[in-house]
Amino acid sequence: MSDMQPMLFWIFASATCLAAIAVVITQNVVRMAFWLIVSLGSVAGLYFLVGADFVGATQLMIYVGGTVVLLIFGVMLTASGSYIKIQASPAEGFLAAGVGILFLVVITASVAEVDWVGAHEKLVAGGVEGGFSGEGYNPKEQGNTVRPLGFSFLGMRTDSGNGGYLLPFEIVSVHLLVVLIGAAYLARAKKRVDSN
Amino acid sequence: MEQIGLNQYLMVGSVLFVAGVVCMATKRNGIGVLMGVELVLNGANVNFVAFSRFTALGLDGQIVSLFVIVLAAAEAAVALAIALCFYNNHLTIDVDRGDDLKG
Repeated sequence: MSDMQPMLFWIFASATCLAAIAVVITQNVVRMAFWLIVSLGSVAGLYFLVGADFVGATQLMIYVGGTVVLLIFGVMLTASGSYIKIQASPAEGFLAAGVGILFLVVITASVAEVDWVGAHEKLVAGGVEGGFSGEGYNPKEQGNTVRPLGFSFLGMRTDSGNGGYLLPFEIVSVHLLVVLIGAAYLARAKKRVDSN
Repeated sequence: MEQIGLNQYLMVGSVLFVAGVVCMATKRNGIGVLMGVELVLNGANVNFVAFSRFTALGLDGQIVSLFVIVLAAAEAAVALAIALCFYNNHLTIDVDRGDDLKG
């Protein structure tokens, strides 16, 4: 099974990248939403490959099952007839593609130049303490991250010396409540401006 | 085929990020701009989860990525509410028509 991992990685990674590029290229906003679903679903597959099972399940539920549905609702409410396809000129397309490729080359080159292992060894040799266990997070059973994540949201950590994440958890809960009320108020039914 | 390491996941994250930025910059449909924002946040999330697995970041990377998912969903909700208000006032979702504040 583990010798299929590189092939699975390349399948998911190419699906993610090609679908993301398709989101940029497509002119029809409904098709953009479909390619976004493909891209976010493949990212969830990547998360499962890495062993982050809870993050992968959350990605599927909240992004594919929530956020993209929300975006499609927005498309349905705001795109009518001739507004579905808003054309951009081809010259703008070439300029955008050129800038995008240049940006990608810059980011990729700077990331590929960093020696992550050497930097970590220098940190450990320099006496940085607290939380550096050396290896990456890889629980004994593949996956099984739900229980440590749950403990950390309650404020207890079992795998490292760091503190828990109770305060950010509570703040995010209040934040969600505020966003719920605010978005519901902003998007309430109002009289639409007549097109005269 | 070499072993899949940290750099391969970072490349995926960077492609997602650049695609999101170009989508934000070039789309004239307001909902398209929001899709670019989602792509950018997913690129950052892929980075976090990759660092959690391959370096000493540990479980903190996955915790932060969970927070990023939640905050991105909340931000998408508010941004869509704003887009709906814009559509109600201008009867178009074309961002180029939003020039009322132009000097």
